[in-house]
Amino acid sequence: MRIPCPICGERDRREFYYQGDALALNRPDPDAGDGAWNDYIHNRDNPAGVTCDLWHHEAGCSNWLVVTRNTVTHEVLGAELASKVKGEQE
Amino acid sequence: MLKLVAKSPAEGLVPIAVGAMELNEVVPAAITSIACYHGQSAALSAALKEHHGMALPKTGQATGRAGARAIWAGPSVFLVGPEPDADLSNHAAIVDQSDSWCVLNLKGADVEAVLARLSSVDMRLKSMKKGQVVRSQLQHMNAIYHRVSDDSFDIYAFRSMAKTMVHDIDRAMRYIASRA
Repeated sequence: MRIPCPICGERDRREFYYQGDALALNRPDPDAGDGAWNDYIHNRDNPAGVTCDLWHHEAGCSNWLVVTRNTVTHEVLGAELASKVKGEQE
Repeated sequence: MLKLVAKSPAEGLVPIAVGAMELNEVVPAAITSIACYHGQSAALSAALKEHHGMALPKTGQATGRAGARAIWAGPSVFLVGPEPDADLSNHAAIVDQSDSWCVLNLKGADVEAVLARLSSVDMRLKSMKKGQVVRSQLQHMNAIYHRVSDDSFDIYAFRSMAKTMVHDIDRAMRYIASRA
């Protein structure tokens, strides 16, 4: 498995640390209520298909990436800087 | 007063010469991490040029020359050699890293074959030009590779792992030599 880091180019999976669903970038408002916070902390989809995760390019440029991949075909569809994805949301 | 004896990170471990390859230690007078403040890269580059004679390196690049270099190191840039001018701290967070790194120079005709045994990144001489910098792994630990000449690379890894670093590079050099 190879991940196309936007800074370093295509790199082996061993250079990366896996964090989890990129949903973590959408932190709810402190006053959003128990329901929203419960979802944010505990509930994750388990899709058969395209999913977005956070990966850390630990042995490379040290950036956090949002990697889009397919859990069925194991295809890696792309990667973007998490800081950029977060910036676009705001 | 007790006087401590200063030892370089790889003292007693190198030099090593195997086949066409040599491994030597490089001991920079100082290594300083320079982490640019937001929006200050042009000003920082100008300050680096004024005080140390080199521009801020772009991603995957190095500037300067032997004895006074700036190398890309991911989130920050390392100033390798000179003590940083105080003016740099107006534009960046400056952290002394002099005692944190072991720097080895790997040199010889088989350099690309040896590097291929250490990292999964393509560092063949035709792919990686002089002055380019790659952050990757050296077997299982993080390292920085900087191609400094036609047939040699400076390799940076954690000082606390110097023995592992020398062991891994030494083994790769011996494997390549034994196949010749």
